[in-house]
Amino acid sequence: MSTRNQPKNLLRLGVFFQGVNSGTVWKTPEAGSQTDFESFRRLIQTAERGIFSAFFLGEGLRLREHLGQIHDLDVAGRPDAQTLLAALAAVTNRIGLVATQNTTYNDPADMAHRLASLDLISGGRAAWNIVTTDNAWTGANFRRGGYLDHADRYTHAEAFVATAKRIWDSWGREDIAANGSQSAWFAGNAPKPVEHTGKHYNISYTSRLPRSAQIRPVLFQAGDSAEGRDFAARQADVIFSAHGGLEAAKVFRADITARTLKAGRPASAVKIMPGSEFILAATESEAEEKHRWVREQQIGPQQALAYLEQFWGESLAGLDPEGPLPDFDPKISESDVTRGSGFQGAKAVELTRSWRESAKDQGLNILEFVRGKSGRVGGSFVGSYARVADTLERYAESGAVDGFNITPWLIPSGLDDIVNHLVPELQERGVYPTHYAGDTLRENLGLEDPTDVAPAVTDEDNTRYEVAV
Amino acid sequence: MTTAHQPNAILVLEVDGAGAHPAAWRLDNQTPDSVLDAQQIAKAVLAAESAGFHAVSIEDSRLAPGSGPGARLDAIQRAAFLGPLTHSIGLIPVADSIYTEPFHLSTQLSALDGVSAGRAGWIVSAGGTAAEGAAVGREAVTAGELPGEVADVLEASRRLWDSWEDGAVIKDVATGRYLDRSKVHYADFVGKRFSVKGSSISPRPIQGQIPVFAAEPLDADSDAILIGAPDLDGLLAAAQGNSFPGIRIAELDFVLDHAGEPAADRVEALDGWEPWHSPRARFTGTATDFTDYLLELLGHVGGVRLHPAELRKDAQEFAALVLPALRLAGALKPIRTGNTLRETLGLPAARNRFAAS
Repeated sequence: MSTRNQPKNLLRLGVFFQGVNSGTVWKTPEAGSQTDFESFRRLIQTAERGIFSAFFLGEGLRLREHLGQIHDLDVAGRPDAQTLLAALAAVTNRIGLVATQNTTYNDPADMAHRLASLDLISGGRAAWNIVTTDNAWTGANFRRGGYLDHADRYTHAEAFVATAKRIWDSWGREDIAANGSQSAWFAGNAPKPVEHTGKHYNISYTSRLPRSAQIRPVLFQAGDSAEGRDFAARQADVIFSAHGGLEAAKVFRADITARTLKAGRPASAVKIMPGSEFILAATESEAEEKHRWVREQQIGPQQALAYLEQFWGESLAGLDPEGPLPDFDPKISESDVTRGSGFQGAKAVELTRSWRESAKDQGLNILEFVRGKSGRVGGSFVGSYARVADTLERYAESGAVDGFNITPWLIPSGLDDIVNHLVPELQERGVYPTHYAGDTLRENLGLEDPTDVAPAVTDEDNTRYEVAV
Repeated sequence: MTTAHQPNAILVLEVDGAGAHPAAWRLDNQTPDSVLDAQQIAKAVLAAESAGFHAVSIEDSRLAPGSGPGARLDAIQRAAFLGPLTHSIGLIPVADSIYTEPFHLSTQLSALDGVSAGRAGWIVSAGGTAAEGAAVGREAVTAGELPGEVADVLEASRRLWDSWEDGAVIKDVATGRYLDRSKVHYADFVGKRFSVKGSSISPRPIQGQIPVFAAEPLDADSDAILIGAPDLDGLLAAAQGNSFPGIRIAELDFVLDHAGEPAADRVEALDGWEPWHSPRARFTGTATDFTDYLLELLGHVGGVRLHPAELRKDAQEFAALVLPALRLAGALKPIRTGNTLRETLGLPAARNRFAAS
């Protein structure tokens, strides 16, 4: 048992405003718009009241499709992340602003400039959640189409990030004249172009922006494959992980620590925040009742069938949602009928056979079975405020995670009970900040300044960067 | 030739940097790095809103500026920052159409419309130079090809903005449908250099179609064109020619007497640091003379885009002396809090190209 007097690891909270897909409840009158600015303003201001470190937005590059048509059963539609975050910077002071942005369908110089811009506009609160994609279906919305092989995803992403870092590091505020009587706006030498020659791009770009109050945007990463983990260990500041259970989180931490040290960085350089869901109430029984209600709201009869259709690869419209799972095998070997979902490439036949067994054993119908499967991959915390706070205190003591990235299932009021009730319980237990540690996201996540800030690149150095962007 | 009519014009103030003169940052009552300070930008735009400008434009370029301040925040993001802080003024960033991904650009502008309650505009820029292309690993686009490329980008954007019809979100609990998919369309744009499948990831913008401003040679399907001339007489002459069906906005640099210092002396002081090369006509003089000039000019065009030599000083003089005189003379369109930019500009509601008529 720990005592209340010892300093404890602090947990940090982020909010992932996903807003779309089946996790977001829309069938209840309390559900507001997930695209109106006022919903974003309300949610982020609630988060800031609760000393949240970061506010995340996802990125949409193509509207989801199911069985070859626009998917019409789930919440859809989201605004551009960085534009929205620049607006939210005007109505907040301390909370971090995290944009999920794809390395495949953005240009490195463009992305580096926009993120640097957001970082400066917000006074050093910007972050980039780095994601990769490689499919031609998404590429159909972009100039280059589906140009990238799956195997090249991370090599490409890493070269992209390395180029962005060089652009961010090109110059700083110390290079700007102190007053108007100096000989030029640049007090020293004007910045040199960042040059890059590689497999996918040849770039020559002179940065238009200096380093920010936090030097450069904080980097988040979520990939969970061995390659993704190594990428994060080398490049990222925070991992938005999928391992929310305490034991799984400990294993994940040990793995990331080993990879981070191997990459030549201190273990503390990479923070871990599992994506998670909180369903809370004053008492355990109320929380259980709410949990059941949330799942009913998320997964109705149509959503349950659509979920199975992803793996069976055909319409199951004739099936009774309150009957058993289909007694036939999928006619596809890998799931791919729902474009833009996280389930592409799952081994359909093996998976559905095991589901059929499991549903039969537990006596579950389709609706019950699919409801049981939904919830955040990272972890669901269901219970009374006090009990969930006790659970989180154990996480803080274990050191397995640095915090949680919460996806609210209701917009825009989905953080209210967390901020009003859970945060004070955590503060009382000494495992949650009572104020913001500083002005920048880096400070508020407890991150050190980056140690790999590049020295000024001279022309002769350019050959060092022959990488595969 | 058109004959002059009763002016009913809009005033657009350009608010980039410390002003249009490359040495403006030197005599500004701010530190040189204030061009990076979003709060300072907000202050200037709030002053413009209070003064009664209809819109601000925000210059941008893919290249580091060749003179003056060496830094520039992304114009769409600057506009977005201003969105929640302002209530009536239009926010019109300049954004490159040639090297930006059309899908991203349309979505960014759509988001700007959302955070400003329908006050977004877009000044289409199109450099197409080798240096701009090099930043994103693409080739130069020749001057002859630029109008066609701009037209393609504009058409792709317009199709994406229309791809969700109004009323596409139905939230029908009985059938479990959030969307009416018959009201969500593919953009299916195929152009010379790129294609976009669509649909947009975002619902239709608040304004339906965001007002688009383009320089005269690039006028493909824009709502407004920006016209210019090298001097004041030339601008009046250009204003009187009229083949464009939409709104014509005259581009104009200006310097006014300020705090007892004649405008010409102010220009001389600034030019002593660095000469001012601008393709635009320039007014240098008193507020009274400028008012007279504008009253004549505004009889022939729908508005002016004003580039102050020094943002804070010249905008302040204009707001104190010129703008009230123009307003009193009945030369300006009314401004109403809560109006969209389309409404401020007097544009009709935008029809959706995919909606059944």
